[in-house]
Amino acid sequence: MPAKQMPDKDYDDIPGTYVFDADRSRRGYHLNMFCMSLMKAENRKAFKDDESGYLDRNFPLLTREQREAILKRQYNRLLELGGNIYFTAKLGATDGHAFQHLAAVMTGSTQQDYADMMLRGGRNVDGNRSRTGRDILAKSKSAKPKSAKGKASSKGKKRRG
Amino acid sequence: MARIVAGVTSSHVPAIGAAIDNHRTSEPYWQRVFEGFERSKEWIAKVKPDVCIVVYNDHASAFSVEMIPTFALGTAAEFPIADEGWGPRPVPVVKGHPQLAAHIAQSVILDEFDLTLCNKMEVDHGLTVPLNLMFGTPKEWPCPVIPLAVNVVMFPPPTGNRCFNLGRAIKKAVESYPEDLKVVVFGTGGMSHQISGQRAGLINSKFDHAFLDNLTRNPQKLVRMDHLEYMREAGAEGVEMVMWLIMRGALEDKVDEVYRFYTVPASNTAVGHIILENRSKGGRKAAARKPAAKSRKSAPKLKRAAARQKIQRIRS
Repeated sequence: MPAKQMPDKDYDDIPGTYVFDADRSRRGYHLNMFCMSLMKAENRKAFKDDESGYLDRNFPLLTREQREAILKRQYNRLLELGGNIYFTAKLGATDGHAFQHLAAVMTGSTQQDYADMMLRGGRNVDGNRSRTGRDILAKSKSAKPKSAKGKASSKGKKRRG
Repeated sequence: MARIVAGVTSSHVPAIGAAIDNHRTSEPYWQRVFEGFERSKEWIAKVKPDVCIVVYNDHASAFSVEMIPTFALGTAAEFPIADEGWGPRPVPVVKGHPQLAAHIAQSVILDEFDLTLCNKMEVDHGLTVPLNLMFGTPKEWPCPVIPLAVNVVMFPPPTGNRCFNLGRAIKKAVESYPEDLKVVVFGTGGMSHQISGQRAGLINSKFDHAFLDNLTRNPQKLVRMDHLEYMREAGAEGVEMVMWLIMRGALEDKVDEVYRFYTVPASNTAVGHIILENRSKGGRKAAARKPAAKSRKSAPKLKRAAARQKIQRIRS
């Protein structure tokens, strides 16, 4: 990774988040184009009939990691490798899943638990703003002092129950 | 002369479209959402806009990752409904207003906003769901629509400041159009939500209420907000609220808030909806004025408390 040349991305401090930036857009191009191909019924069928074959024939430029994440339906990994959620959602739809199924998978909970959390008002932002607590130092008026780090991880685990 | 009379913000959650298309609007979960737009439908039926400019984002339908225009204005005579993978939504084709759109394009490009123009473009739920929420499910949409697609899918989207100033330029363009037209501008998307990653499901109602307050009375405060703050506070996908600032920029500095609605959740998202009217040039009054609007001068805290009560009422 060219970490030495590239500046830090301030948004990498947001926990549980893979910002789809120009860099991921570049790396994820073939991955997202694969997802776009699933807009067509005949492609969905061809993919479901022979997933590996479909990828080999039509998207030979996918990386090995991207290919594996597609076949294993690793939705967070897909985002990490340059997939965008509006595109990867098409893969979920091809499997016949509602979006909340994907959301549940990404958050490590069951679909019912996820839906219940939404009905209770969603995931609380407190404790979920920052990996490092950097947000407390930021001049953002809405950031509140708190033990961001500890809370974020405990919350994450709780949801996975 | 054409003039912008009002601005509307509206959620564009795809599941709202699915609830309409599958006739599930009377289920309690969805009723809570649709109820909030009943007054808005009455309001817009009275206003009878001649044209709506709808600021929205495409969701990997018309644009994929091959081309990612930051601002794309629809100059076509009509915009077919996109097939988003389960057939096009059963809603009317969206008719454009090519003359006004071309005029806006010419004016704002010379004002240094380098738009992409689309003479052929399909539109997805990002545009059609807000039309449903405001106009219901008519056989034909009651007026022409000019789509303005904004990239909020790939980071970075345009800044709030850029969006607000583009709204300003659109206002100037509309006001220099010779035909006597009433225009309403829609800002769509939002409010707080994150639909990706381990943090999916994030909702920040406190942020949302403050955003709505500032949208009406102190938009300059929002214009200064950076993307990091949007994403931290309102979720990675919540950054799409910059689109609302195009709508706000197209209005006058001082506006009347005639209606507001907020509820959580619609699918994975907080739904926020507001109607702002321009004060001058006979901006019509009171079609849907709510009691809540009377307390406009009271402290924001009280107002937010009132809004929360309203949500509670709607939830129960």
